[in-house]
Amino acid sequence: MDVFSDPANVDVYVTGFLWILKLTLAAGVFALVVGVLLAAMRVSPVPVLRGFGTAWVNIFRNTPLTLIIFFCYFGLFSTLGLKLSDNLNLNNFWLGVVGLSTYTAAFVCEAIRSGINTVPAGQAEAARAIGMSFRQTLTMIVLPQAGRAVIAPLGSIFIALAKNSTIVGTIGLAESSTAMKDLINARGDAVIPIFLVFAGTFAIVLIPIGYLFGAAANRLAVKR
Amino acid sequence: MSSETVLYDHPGPRAKARNRILSVVFGVLLLLLLYWIYRQFEQKDLWAAGLWKAFLESETWTAYILPGLWGTVKAAGLAMVLSLVFGVLFAVGRLSDHWWLRVPSGVVVEFFRAVPLLLLIFFIFYGVPYLTEQPMPPFWAVVAGLTLYNGSVLAEAFRAGIRAVPSGQSEAAYAIGMRKGQVMREILIPQAARNMLPVIVSQLVVLVKDTALGYIIGYTELLQTGVNNLAGNVPHVGGIVAAAIVAAIIYITLNTSLTAIAGWLERRTRRTGRAPRRPTTAAQPAGATAGGMVEPQG
Repeated sequence: MDVFSDPANVDVYVTGFLWILKLTLAAGVFALVVGVLLAAMRVSPVPVLRGFGTAWVNIFRNTPLTLIIFFCYFGLFSTLGLKLSDNLNLNNFWLGVVGLSTYTAAFVCEAIRSGINTVPAGQAEAARAIGMSFRQTLTMIVLPQAGRAVIAPLGSIFIALAKNSTIVGTIGLAESSTAMKDLINARGDAVIPIFLVFAGTFAIVLIPIGYLFGAAANRLAVKR
Repeated sequence: MSSETVLYDHPGPRAKARNRILSVVFGVLLLLLLYWIYRQFEQKDLWAAGLWKAFLESETWTAYILPGLWGTVKAAGLAMVLSLVFGVLFAVGRLSDHWWLRVPSGVVVEFFRAVPLLLLIFFIFYGVPYLTEQPMPPFWAVVAGLTLYNGSVLAEAFRAGIRAVPSGQSEAAYAIGMRKGQVMREILIPQAARNMLPVIVSQLVVLVKDTALGYIIGYTELLQTGVNNLAGNVPHVGGIVAAAIVAAIIYITLNTSLTAIAGWLERRTRRTGRAPRRPTTAAQPAGATAGGMVEPQG
């Protein structure tokens, strides 16, 4: 463990995980908002909106995240000239957030749509019977119940998002997997401790979060 | 709520007009976005005839795209077979009556499920050579990483599948004098496997996508040869975007077909009506499979 008695190495480790934390939080918020909107589009009465939602899900769910991140950098940034920040690191960070949330939103949309399917038809029929519009039925009756049913799948989507954010390292952000690679190449004599610290951090943080989501899902489940 | 049309009434004249207006507004916004992309492509000269014509030449396919696709399929296929074996072994291990088998299996499965695949592949590719003092071929680094991660995910799915087999099945088997191993091998696993077939095929989609991580360590798969190498050979600034679009279309086609097969298998299993009962709780929406949602790993 003497690798981590060197403050410079600790710094690499902390910086790497801070990027992961920031990527996960930022992309998580965007993915949740976009995913809910996409799910609403997919069940809406307007065919163009439905088609857009379906196309988004089918395109981004079936493309490797590595390719999406790659495309964000070479397509959006290098070719289309979309510059999100003047700072090189921050620019890569926001490009990564765009890629991660685009990809994750497709999964959030599908999770919420399957949650909508667990709400009994009578709920929406009753809402319509008392004169609620589509928007009212969806936002006041169906989505709140669907949301409580999809806590467990959403939890695994966000855990996957945290793990996926390591892929942003491809476009030059010194997140944890790149940090681990650099440390391994610098200290070939301490490969096992380096891996155990990096992998262990993910395991110690993500396994309990998984159980928390499971417990929350059981507590909040709609009793029927 | 099986049919989504329960969310709204059949549109009357006013609703129809409103829907039409919404369609037009959204359609115009979409077209504006497409036009902006078109203009940006034009400014970067991405519509140059030579650029896209490259994809009509047979050499582009035989020298770059097809070898890459073969690399992708080869890694995904081998990793699938290995992770099935890994998954069955560790699922049975976690269901064992002996704590010295159950606990280590659980630790291994939980650990590899929680560690990002890229971190694992980096460790195998950059770290393991320091330990073995032999170079690690990128192919085996990708396959080993994929096997450990997807094997663990499958182990959890199998465990859920085995536990979903009605308890009367194993009770009946014990009653006629079968041993523990026999019950598992001859009664539980065959029934669970049938029910797990759609999950296995969906996991194949995840595997195909995850082989793209091999690009990062220089394994010659589709992203490496079909995008990186190909773009390096097309004398054009926009070559990389064009190649990435073509590669994305190939991935989407491949994965959509796999998803369609999974859906067909699921319908087929359900039709015969003998599929083991699935646990239906509010926490497990209809769309999710018995093993939980297949995780969106990159």
